[in-house]
Amino acid sequence: MTKARIDARFAALKAEGRAAFVSYVMAGDPDPATAAKILKGLPAAGADVIEVGFPFSDPMAEGPPIQRAAQRALAKGMTLAGTLAAIAAFREDDQDTPIILMGYTNPLVTWGYEAFARDAAAAGVDGLIVVDLPPEEADELADALDANQLSLIRLATPTTDDKRLPVVIRRTSGFVYYVSVAGVTGVKEADADAVAPHVARVRKASGLPVAVGFGIKTPERAGAIAKVADAVVVGSALVDEVAEAVNLNEDVTGRVLSKVASLAKAVRLARRIPA
Amino acid sequence: MNAPTRPNDYAAFPDARGRFGDYGGQYVPETLMPLVHDLTAAWNAAKADPAFQAELSGFLTHYVGRPSPLYFAERLTQHYGGAKIYLKREELNHTGSHKINNCMGQILLARRMGKTRIIAETGAGQHGVASATVCARFGLPCIVYMGAVDVERQKPNVFRMNLLGAKVEAVTSGSATLKDAMNEALRDWVTNVHDTYYMIGTAAGMHPYPEMVRDFQAVIGRETREQILEVEGRLPDAVVACVGGGSNAIGIFHPFLNDDGVKLIGVEAAGDGMDTDRHAAAINGGRPGVLHGNMTYLLQDREGQITEAHSISAGLDYPGIGPEHSWLHDVGRATYLTATDAESLEAFMLLSKLEGILPAIESAHALARIGDVARDVGKDGIVVLNLSGRGDKDVNTVAAHLGRTI
Repeated sequence: MTKARIDARFAALKAEGRAAFVSYVMAGDPDPATAAKILKGLPAAGADVIEVGFPFSDPMAEGPPIQRAAQRALAKGMTLAGTLAAIAAFREDDQDTPIILMGYTNPLVTWGYEAFARDAAAAGVDGLIVVDLPPEEADELADALDANQLSLIRLATPTTDDKRLPVVIRRTSGFVYYVSVAGVTGVKEADADAVAPHVARVRKASGLPVAVGFGIKTPERAGAIAKVADAVVVGSALVDEVAEAVNLNEDVTGRVLSKVASLAKAVRLARRIPA
Repeated sequence: MNAPTRPNDYAAFPDARGRFGDYGGQYVPETLMPLVHDLTAAWNAAKADPAFQAELSGFLTHYVGRPSPLYFAERLTQHYGGAKIYLKREELNHTGSHKINNCMGQILLARRMGKTRIIAETGAGQHGVASATVCARFGLPCIVYMGAVDVERQKPNVFRMNLLGAKVEAVTSGSATLKDAMNEALRDWVTNVHDTYYMIGTAAGMHPYPEMVRDFQAVIGRETREQILEVEGRLPDAVVACVGGGSNAIGIFHPFLNDDGVKLIGVEAAGDGMDTDRHAAAINGGRPGVLHGNMTYLLQDREGQITEAHSISAGLDYPGIGPEHSWLHDVGRATYLTATDAESLEAFMLLSKLEGILPAIESAHALARIGDVARDVGKDGIVVLNLSGRGDKDVNTVAAHLGRTI
């Protein structure tokens, strides 16, 4: 499984001629029980790949929506161990949907890279995105992930020029995450026309599928990006639904999953422009 | 982590990867990596350029007011009855602290790099004021991120920054203190990648900042060395400084690192006490981890979540410490003590009464341990304390703790 699960999912979607819809949710947000229900409902709502954020107190690359999601999760006692337990529970019913963990270095350092890679693989994790661990600092973690068949998924950004790109994609597998805007999550909006040439450039250099995220909030935008990318990632817009539902005392799970469904539908309807 | 070994030449660090032993590094989002590499290249070029050094030296002399005096504190020495105590008078610099040394260096570098917008973080407001000052001097816009809690407790400095033309952004995320201000400044930088220069105020963060800030602050130690040799004909037995992020301490320590006979003593903020969880002592009460771009000692819980620091001093109220200090601690070259809020207040008042100098509450943490150090070194000895800032900014805090209204 693991790397194989990501590769299998992207191969299947390529055969279907469409992009993947990647849903980001924060582990334990708004509380562990509700988050588990959301996670369980994501595949049926249309998530092809799931990114699970593990909360950190000081998420320096996140905008206010994901910062607040992390605060909510931490306030409810969510931990990295709790995150892995939630994924293990999800895996009891779903063996096919790739799960990518996304977060920051310090909780991983605390756990120990080798032990963490082993435990994450056992829980059913397929890959890892570590926002503040650039290639220059990542070899030790990459060794641990390799030993457990987990993908280290790298971020390429608008500041990644042709000189930098080979450094970024070295030792990456599964897919490459293209950060569509210079900025934090959930603030600026991505523009499909501007993103397209970068996606093509990263795809060519890496030979891997390219997911686009960081500025996609609406089905229209998701559909437009789905035409030019191999996967569309939505995060802040989903955690905003959690916040809204909590504020209005509404059904959180229902609200998040219906947002996922509308975004997934837009991605499915978008016809891929052949690469 | 490997067992640390003491190097033959401390000046050879950090290494090419920005490491002091296991500490330091560049743990930043990919968007910032090209900027951090550009900054490293620009800094390496500037550092080796005599024209840059001459320009900096000129401003340090005529604008900052360097060299700062090395003053023999006769009555403080008599009070403790131990070694002779000298004070390195950084509080006499323009803007009232050592922070201006670094800001002057970085603003000249930012200009050299063609950057047109300056951002900074601040805790007590001393670095914010120094940043606003150099931005005013060179006509560049300045945005200072400051925790909302600190904005409230350091109102005079907020107004001072406004007078200097800077915009102060109150940060409400997280715990709304210095660490959150730094998060917010990093979020600004990642968003404004083309025109913005991030002026970090302490010798922490991602490489090259710990090295660069240290080198700009090392003027303190170089002067101290010359001055003490001139008046005493020998090096001191000990050098003492307070440590938050640790820029004033590393600035005075660095030129003495290869002098084995000179003890180097940092003093961390113990807040309510090291037996409570309300302190800001990363080395004495934390463990290594990654925050704000570097591997270093941090206050954190079992899960690796960063915990809040607590100190009477906003300038020491940070859960981390510069990576070079973490390394100097591990290899045993420097010793890190602590001082509580109460001990620091007492030291604040003692220096005010005995020497006629109001110390910054940050510097008062170092003063709180100077008696112990002077007695340990003994009567024939010499100790130097870095008086990193002046205490005028702290009179409201001190009054509040004395139960007085002013």
